[in-house]
Amino acid sequence: MIEVERLTKRYGPTRAVTDVSFRVEKGEVLGFLGPNGAGKTTTMRVITGYIPPTEGTVRVAGFDVVDQPLEVKRRIGYLPETPPLYPDMVVSEYLAFVGRIKGVPRADLKNRINEVSEKCAIADVREKQTGHLSKGYRQRVGLAQAMIHNPEVLVLDEPTAGLDPKQIIETRELIKGLAGQHTVVLSTHILPEVSKTCERVVVISGGKVVAVGKPDELTRRLQGFETVLLMAEGPSGEIKERLERVGGVSLVEQHETSDGRATFEIHAAKEQDVRAELARAVVESQWKLLELRSSGMSLEDIFLKLTTEDLTEQKSEDTSQKSENGSSQT
Amino acid sequence: MRNIMAIAGKELRAYFHSPIAYLVLAIYSILCGFFFYSITATFVIESFRLQMGGGGMPPINLNEMIIRQLFQGILTVIMALGLLPVITMRLYAEEKRTGTMELLLTSPLTDLQIIIGKLLGAMGLYMVIVLLTFLDIGLLFLYGNPEPKPLIANAIGYILFGGALLSLGMWLSSFTKNQIIAFVVAFAFFLLLYVLDWVSSFSSTAVGKVVSYLALPTHFENFTKGVIDSSDLIYFLSVIVIGMFLTARSVEAMKGRP
Repeated sequence: MIEVERLTKRYGPTRAVTDVSFRVEKGEVLGFLGPNGAGKTTTMRVITGYIPPTEGTVRVAGFDVVDQPLEVKRRIGYLPETPPLYPDMVVSEYLAFVGRIKGVPRADLKNRINEVSEKCAIADVREKQTGHLSKGYRQRVGLAQAMIHNPEVLVLDEPTAGLDPKQIIETRELIKGLAGQHTVVLSTHILPEVSKTCERVVVISGGKVVAVGKPDELTRRLQGFETVLLMAEGPSGEIKERLERVGGVSLVEQHETSDGRATFEIHAAKEQDVRAELARAVVESQWKLLELRSSGMSLEDIFLKLTTEDLTEQKSEDTSQKSENGSSQT
Repeated sequence: MRNIMAIAGKELRAYFHSPIAYLVLAIYSILCGFFFYSITATFVIESFRLQMGGGGMPPINLNEMIIRQLFQGILTVIMALGLLPVITMRLYAEEKRTGTMELLLTSPLTDLQIIIGKLLGAMGLYMVIVLLTFLDIGLLFLYGNPEPKPLIANAIGYILFGGALLSLGMWLSSFTKNQIIAFVVAFAFFLLLYVLDWVSSFSSTAVGKVVSYLALPTHFENFTKGVIDSSDLIYFLSVIVIGMFLTARSVEAMKGRP
């Protein structure tokens, strides 16, 4: 549905995005993950036809964004980072205006407005001015605006930014519900969002794609060890020593909790369950075992690993290049 | 066409949903009313004096003495310098500030549709101003007998004059997010266009002629006399087109930026 090939975007001398390629299949929800300033918004803006690419091609439903921008724009609903609202307009009037410029037939307009305001839970503010709405409502009016012409593709730039936890859950459900009929690309720098809503993730950092895959695949591939969290009451130094002696344990880190108990983060070799051994070690030594659970590598860790790994790789490349140059000169 | 009307309707509604339209119309009707009153009062006193002096009948021509005075003098000045920039300052600046430019440019609209729509929206408000002016002038028909035909030329001239400045003002509004800057720049630009014909009083070289040709009053003058000259028509229409063209260039440049 969306094909991005070797996309590069330069703003003067600075490169916002370098050589980015990925595909999004019909009906898929793709997460676009990266730290702030990684090039997420730039890539999305190119997909929507807002800004032209410097190099490379982007096709939406087979139409090139540069050659046939109107065909592309007809098929895309776009929620920018800040919802594009006219503060003086009433919500229903605003949706009617967007519907008209997006080419919704006059006869359908009313139905479409009703439908999207129900889906996005904004029916109760329909007669309010958009400028007077809270951040959460503004965001959802922005989402409704993107869906008004029932587009095949939805491009959502940080759709849950500024929402409260309940609204975030509702919005995620809404986006998940769109999968199948709509192709969705959403960007975020909030990680749980990706694992909860997206089928596939593109991790982008410094304007380059550093990883593509399903969220759990990425977890598995990148995690080199199992992590177990353990909370116990007793002399923490001794506990730590004892835990380190359990077979398969490679590292024990100790954290103090606020009430004086110690928690330990234990790294063990991959695919080895050390929990039973750990429990026995604590109980046999007459300490009180309060909590024991295995914790997967969080997406935060993956994210940090990917985005920092990329930097270290680059650095090592640079240094190796330099040393090559140096040797050739001598 | 539907797209153009959607944009035009949105712009027109935006004027009337904000204080801008009411402010502009109130200021205009007060000032226009006062000028009209004072010009008419002066005219009345003047004509009495001429009659008392008894030097035969003075040439009493309402079109020449009142309406032309009204258009050629102060009225166009306050329009050009004070009120038209207020109308145009928000056209693009506001869209850029609120981020709605992104909505328009990612909608299936061509840049030209947006530009024409915006200009028509601004013209919509301007037409109300023209209407107010002719309400005042209409009073003359109750007490005198001005010639109706020159009035048509007056109206066409006034509409074209407004359209040209609105088109340029729209262009100047596309450079900034800040409406105050858009206003000030348009104010200065319109002032310059207004005073360019002063050149003709001290320079008779080719350059001087060209410069004074570019001035607004040079071309508006014939319309105030009730004359429609094709060269004046061409001047105003080309200014409108140039303003739209420059706006299109500026919008194009806007897209490459973050």
